[in-house]
Amino acid sequence: MSTTGKEPAAAPAKKRLTTSAMIASIAAEGQATRPAPFGHALVELAKRDERIVGLTADLGKYTDLHIFARAFPDRFYQMGMAEQLLMSTAAGLAREGFVPFATTYAVFAARRAYDFIAMAIAEEKLPVKIACALPGLTTGYGPSHQATDDIAIFRAMPDITIVDPCDALDIEQAVPAIAAHDGPVYLRLLRGQVPAVLDAYDYSFELGKAKVLREGGDVLFISSGILTMRALEAARALEGDGIRAAVLHSPTIKPLDVATILAEVDRAGRLVVVAENHSRIGGLGEAVATALLANGRAPRFRHIALPDAFLDAGALPTLHDRYGISTDRIVERTKGWLEED
Amino acid sequence: MTTETATENPALLANVSLAERAYRIRRNAVLMGEVQGQGYVGQALGIADVLAVAYFHALRYRPDDPRWEGRDRFLLSIGHYAIALYAALIEAGIVPEDELETYGCDDSRLPMSGMASYTPGMEITGGSLGHGLGIAVGMALGLKRKGSDRFVFNLMSDGELGEGSTWEAAMGAAHHRLGNLVNLVDFNNQQADGPSRDMLSAEPVTDKFAAFGWHVQRVDGNDVEAVRAAFDTAMAVRDDRPRAIVFDTKMGKGVPFLESREVTHFIRVEANEWALALQALEQGRPA
Ligand SMILES: Cc1ncc(C[n+]2csc(CCOP(=O)(O)OP(=O)(O)O)c2C)c(N)n1
Ligand SMILES: [Mg+2]
Repeated sequence: MSTTGKEPAAAPAKKRLTTSAMIASIAAEGQATRPAPFGHALVELAKRDERIVGLTADLGKYTDLHIFARAFPDRFYQMGMAEQLLMSTAAGLAREGFVPFATTYAVFAARRAYDFIAMAIAEEKLPVKIACALPGLTTGYGPSHQATDDIAIFRAMPDITIVDPCDALDIEQAVPAIAAHDGPVYLRLLRGQVPAVLDAYDYSFELGKAKVLREGGDVLFISSGILTMRALEAARALEGDGIRAAVLHSPTIKPLDVATILAEVDRAGRLVVVAENHSRIGGLGEAVATALLANGRAPRFRHIALPDAFLDAGALPTLHDRYGISTDRIVERTKGWLEED
Repeated sequence: MTTETATENPALLANVSLAERAYRIRRNAVLMGEVQGQGYVGQALGIADVLAVAYFHALRYRPDDPRWEGRDRFLLSIGHYAIALYAALIEAGIVPEDELETYGCDDSRLPMSGMASYTPGMEITGGSLGHGLGIAVGMALGLKRKGSDRFVFNLMSDGELGEGSTWEAAMGAAHHRLGNLVNLVDFNNQQADGPSRDMLSAEPVTDKFAAFGWHVQRVDGNDVEAVRAAFDTAMAVRDDRPRAIVFDTKMGKGVPFLESREVTHFIRVEANEWALALQALEQGRPA
C-alpha cells in the first residue's frame, strides 16, 4: 500500500551521510584489499581449463565478471537482465560439457531464479557455479538488494554446495576448488575492493572444511563470510578485556564440516557463538545447532545474525550497528553473554 | 483533458507550463543528487519530461491525500528511478520540499530505491526490476471490479523488457482487456553493463507490444508536446486494448555536459559539477 507511517526525517546533520548502496566494497577505511579477486581468479582458471565460460544477467561490472569478459570475450555471454534465462542457459551449457560461472546479485538468483536453479541445474547435478554479489547485508539499498535469506533458500535445495568466503584469499582459492567440484555450487561473492584478511593466518581454503583461525579458551566463534572477519576483529578487541576467543571459520555451509565443529565444541567450557551475515532463520546458526543437538551436544549457544525482518535502507555501517553485526556490537553482546552467568 | 480532470487536480490550474514543470523536476533531482554526491541523476534528467506530463497533465490525484481512492495510479517499476519520482512528487506537493535534503540519508522517507512504506505517493516497492507491470495488471483488474474509471500507469525501463515477467504481464493485460492500463517505457538505451540494444535487444519493441495485443506509440520522450500528445492519445483509445508508450529519452537531458559525457548506468558527476549542472538547467529554463 502507498504512504507511510514514518514521520518526516529531521534535516540531516551537516556532516553528509552516504548510504553504502553506491559503495562497492565492504572494506573498512585503511584496510588491506585486493581488487576483483573473483574476476582475476576466474581468468587464471580459464587459462588452464577450456570448459570454463562466464555468463551474467546485466551485472558483469557489478560482479567482477567484466575482468573475465575482457580476457575471454568469446567465452563470455551477456544474457541481459533475465535471471531465469541466465540459469537455464547455464544449465544448457553445462549439459554440453562446459563449466559455466553465472553471476547476478544474490537476491535475484535466490528469489527470482530459484525454480530454474532447482530443476534445470540442481536436480540434474550439473556443474553450474552460481556466483552472486551482495550476500546478506552488504548493501544499504533496502530489502530488494539485501539477500538476508539466500543461504536458507539454497540450504533447502538438495545437491547444491554453498560457499560463503570471508575475503579475497578465500575467493581466490575457492574459485578453482568449486570448479573442480563436480556439481552445482552457490558462491556468496564479495566484489570490488575486497578485504584481504586471511593472508595473516596459516590458512587455506578447502571445500567442505572448517578451519580454526585463532585459539581461545573462553568463547568459540563459529562463523562464515564477512562475519569471520568481524569475529576476528571482535576476538582481538575482547583480548583487551582478558577474554580469549577462538574463531572457527566455516566457509562451506553445505555440506557442513560437522566433524570439525563437534571436535571444537567438545573442547569444553566455551561459550559457542555462531556469527553469520544472514537471517537467523535457516543459515549457519541453525545448521550448527541442528548438528550439535543431533550429535548429543548442548553447549551454551548464542547466535549473531540478522533479524527475521525486511531490513531498513541506509548507510551500511549504521545498519550493521542497528542489526548487531558490527564488530563493536559483537564485542558488546559477547561480553553480555559471558556475564549472564 | 476534460474540465472534470482539471478540477480534480489543482496542479492543472496553476498555469505553469509543462516545460517549466520539467525544469523544476530536473532541478529537484540535481539537488538531491548533490546531497549524496551521487545517484541516478542521468535517468532522472532523461525522464523528467514524461513525469511532468504525467503529474501535471494526465494524472488525477490529491496532493494532500496520496491514497485518495479516486486517484489514477502511478507505479514506479524502476525502483532506482526513485530520485526522479521524488523530484516530481515534491513538485506536485505530495512530498514536502524541505525533505529533499534528506535524500538517501539514514531514516529518510526518500531512500535511494523506491519503497511504498517509506514515501507518500510511492505506490509500490521497487528495486527488484520487472515487477511493476504485473502489479499494474492486478490493480487495473481491481479498478474495473470496483467500477472505477481510473487509469493505472506503470513506468518501466528498457532493461525491464528483458525480464520474462514483463511479457507474462503484457500477455495478461491484453487477455484481460485492460484498457485502463498505460505502460510507459523509458527507452534510454542504457542498462547496467552497457547499451540495451547490445545486451538483450528488445527491438523492435513496438512490434512486440502490438503483436501482444496492445495499442502502442513511440515518441521522443524529451519533446514535451509529443509526450503530452501521446498521453492524450493513449487515454483516448476507444477500445479495450492496454496501451504502451515507448519514450526514446536521453540520459542527462538538460545538462549538456552530462548529455555528452560517456553514458553509463551511473553518470559520474564531480563534486564541483552539481552547481554547474544547476546553472546549465537554468540556462535552458523555458522563458
Ligand atoms: C531483477 C533485477 N535484476 C537485476 C537488477 C540490477 N540492476 C539494477 S539497475 C539495472 C539495469 C537495468 O536496466 P535499466 O533499468 O534500463 O537501467 P538504466 O536505464 O537505469 O541504466 C540492473 C541490472 C535489479 N535491480 N533487478
Ligand atoms: Mg535503461
